[in-house]
Amino acid sequence: MRRRDWAPAFAGATMFAMLSSVALADTITVVTSFPKELTTAYKAAYEKKFPGDTVEILNKGTSAGIAYVREQSAGSRADIFWASAPDAFEVLAGERLLQKVEVPTGNIPAKVGAYPINDPEGMYYGQALAGYGFMWNTRYLQANKLLPPKEWADLTKAIYHGHVATSSPSRSGTSHLTFETILQGEGWDKGWTQILQIAGNCAAVTERSFGVPDGVQSGQFGIGIVIDFFGLAAKASGFPTEFAYPSVTAIVPANIALIAGAKNPQGGKRFLQFTLSEEGQQLLLDPKISRLPVLPAIYAKAPQGYPNPFDGSIRAKVNFDSNLSQSRYYLVSSLFDQVITFRLKELQAAAKAIHDAEKRLGTRSSAQLEEAKKLAWTAPVSAQQAQDKALLAAFAATKGDEAAVRRKTQAEEEWNSKARFNYLRAAELANAAR
Amino acid sequence: MIVAIALAIAAFLVAFLVIPVASVVYTAFSTGAGGFTFGHFASFFQISLMRESFWNSLYVAGMSVFFASVIAIPLAYFTVRYRFRGALMIQTLGVLPLIMPPFVGAVAMQLLFGRSGSVNLLLSQWFDWRIPFMQGLNGVIFVESLHYFPFILLNLVVALQNIDGAMEESAQNLGASGFRLFRRIVFPLAMPGYVAGASLVFVKVFDDLGTPLVLGTTNMLAPQAYLRITSVGIEDPIGYVISVIMILFSVAALWMSARILKGRDYATLQRGGSSLQKRKLSAWQAAAAYTWIGFVLLLVLSPHLGILLISLSKVWSFSVLPEGFTLAHFATVFTESPRMIGNTLLYCGLAALIDVILGAAIAYIILRTRLPGRQLLDSTASAALAIPGVVLAIGYLRAFKGLELPFFDSAFTTTWVALMIAYAVRRLPYALRSCMAALQQLHVSLEEAAENLGASKARSVRRVVVPLMAGGILAGFVTSFITAAVELSATIMLSSSASLAPMSYGIYLYMQSIAGRGPGAALGVIAVVIVGLGTYASYRLSNRSDSWTR
Repeated sequence: MRRRDWAPAFAGATMFAMLSSVALADTITVVTSFPKELTTAYKAAYEKKFPGDTVEILNKGTSAGIAYVREQSAGSRADIFWASAPDAFEVLAGERLLQKVEVPTGNIPAKVGAYPINDPEGMYYGQALAGYGFMWNTRYLQANKLLPPKEWADLTKAIYHGHVATSSPSRSGTSHLTFETILQGEGWDKGWTQILQIAGNCAAVTERSFGVPDGVQSGQFGIGIVIDFFGLAAKASGFPTEFAYPSVTAIVPANIALIAGAKNPQGGKRFLQFTLSEEGQQLLLDPKISRLPVLPAIYAKAPQGYPNPFDGSIRAKVNFDSNLSQSRYYLVSSLFDQVITFRLKELQAAAKAIHDAEKRLGTRSSAQLEEAKKLAWTAPVSAQQAQDKALLAAFAATKGDEAAVRRKTQAEEEWNSKARFNYLRAAELANAAR
Repeated sequence: MIVAIALAIAAFLVAFLVIPVASVVYTAFSTGAGGFTFGHFASFFQISLMRESFWNSLYVAGMSVFFASVIAIPLAYFTVRYRFRGALMIQTLGVLPLIMPPFVGAVAMQLLFGRSGSVNLLLSQWFDWRIPFMQGLNGVIFVESLHYFPFILLNLVVALQNIDGAMEESAQNLGASGFRLFRRIVFPLAMPGYVAGASLVFVKVFDDLGTPLVLGTTNMLAPQAYLRITSVGIEDPIGYVISVIMILFSVAALWMSARILKGRDYATLQRGGSSLQKRKLSAWQAAAAYTWIGFVLLLVLSPHLGILLISLSKVWSFSVLPEGFTLAHFATVFTESPRMIGNTLLYCGLAALIDVILGAAIAYIILRTRLPGRQLLDSTASAALAIPGVVLAIGYLRAFKGLELPFFDSAFTTTWVALMIAYAVRRLPYALRSCMAALQQLHVSLEEAAENLGASKARSVRRVVVPLMAGGILAGFVTSFITAAVELSATIMLSSSASLAPMSYGIYLYMQSIAGRGPGAALGVIAVVIVGLGTYASYRLSNRSDSWTR
């Protein structure tokens, strides 16, 4: 090819590229935090059923997804928001970014346990159910001669020290729900004690929720605290992992909603309806997806041993209160980060020292050890302080409010330094206990 | 004509480099109302996570430089000082890491060197002992030093070769020998080359977003900037403060390296002496040298090998090697995402085309015209080197917020055009260097001859200058193309939809799948092959092995 022939070829390529990327009128844009196995399956099935429509997936973390929707102008926004954490939908609804939509929900029950599947206001719909539990790598446990845990309390035992992993609630909506469930199931004080004990046994607090199943899958960690589909899908994909629900767990819907000011609300509604239909629900049983449908009839087609939240095979003891969760969302996340995520090294050392002391002392009691336990396993915020309206307001405030920001920063620094001091002192005391 | 072209280039640079970066800097220092404030910087340093991230970034960049030096210095010394066949292997070593994007390698390294990776499993089986290679910041340092040590190696080799042999002889006459000779004479003389390489490593590591993200280490500056902007929102001032800090460090490091490189020219002016004398290796020295080279080669190849293993393995969990091999992951990639491969070719191809057109034009304006202010074009285009990808992307999101293009019914920053232009701006300095070098070698008399024969200026450029520069232009094209193909920092911020995303984003996305990392690794292998072929092509075309490393 001679040089001058390049120009038309180049222009042609550009034109083609421009044309092919011009969005067609019936493109449905879906903002989701779900992995590509799930989105690919839904996109393929939906486009097969509605050949005129194209589904465009925007894969974003939950909080990044909210920011993305917020920053687009009305009329050119994406159409569908689809994610796990119910709190995210509350945030979007609160900012008037969701559009109420009437979709026949047919045979989908109103509640799972005591938790309403669909938003009572009709702003968003439950599309799948999810519970929290642990996933473990069978080879890892075997190599380290460990038995799989059954309850949250098991994870506090000395034998699991350094084998557990979890992710930070500030970064992961799913792990926020997990810890909020423990707090609601056990009560604030007892709940934090348990969370601190588990965290003391953690090898890592990953910054993304996916970091946990990923690490368990490859054997970097033995046991991970995960949302059920991570555990089920990993097993179904052939990894040597297992998953179980503890008795203190909550079954919570993963939701789907139409975004207000969407570019293609009609198409969006069609897609939303499809995900709730029998066909759409059936897709959830795909081994690589492994989610719990909201339509009870689908479970008849599920493979043997598939968990079913409607027949009592998951014993969910906690009735999750999402209002309570939302009221202290930022407080819980931030407290977790200050006393656990950023102080993990000191916390691990304290836990190790306490475990060692317990082993050394056997059944003998020691005032020093008791003191150490109290220091290490108590959160710097009491149940009463956690209800303090001013403190909660400071954490919920928008970033423009300078006084609130100062109050918040001050509280965070206080927790952080207190936690550090307590853990170091606890380790000292436990090591000295005779 | 020339003036119009120069103005057009200037307009492009102002619109897509100067304004976005300026808007980032402006936001970092402005109050909501438009006033000037240091308040955001103060609050940045009040947040302990930010302080921690700041120190972590410095620590990781510093330690990466240290370990990269540990790997590179002996290798460089071997090549220059001794006459032996390992030199070819060392040259290969200098290329291999660069064709593997570090964030792809990071995943493989986790499975090989992680907590329950192959190496640690073997170690704990045999000795009941583990090495925390990949824990937290260690992992980032490990991956980055393995990836970037060639920058030090290549610069140091050039510097060592330029040392005047007379210096060494004088030292020997005065009684210095062995390590003392190296420490007091040879290394200080090679210092400029070393510092140039080391500061490049520092900048690259400081800016890298993909590796820490893939390894799940987010308490560093680049990931924090990314997380703040994507989750708190584009209005969050802390994201801009981080950006400004990153620019400052990049500029400082590059300025230092440029200054010291200028000093090196002075040293090479001493003519007449021979270079360092080459020695023969004694038997045990050869053994030591080959052991070290073999060891480094093994380390350097481990991510390549690891990613290939993942892409071919069925299940790899808590075992030294994967069990069962399959080609299914490649099939998945080719059925599900051929568009991503196509997108990469399209975006990076267009970006590289823009780069060589601008690069050749700027080179011509600087070397062949007396246009006032022409140096400004060069320095502005080269300044793109100092702008981290995350920062440029943040600048685009900020400066072009709400801008819509004709033919596209979505915001400019969500289209692939924004991504393509970001690639073009970031890689322009590479193409510019190639074009400048090609034009410098071209004697002006050839153009004068053409013009004497009646060709117009434009015609002589088209028929004489461009064809004769073709090699350099093509090398510049390939260099821009391959470096853009594996860039993740800007990609991850500007990609929004999967169907418009390039491969690098696809790899990142696929690596986060619960059904295993096979397809992501398969895509990674394809990327490595494309980049490897491109690198080889550019090497053959330019014969200047260092042009693509800067």
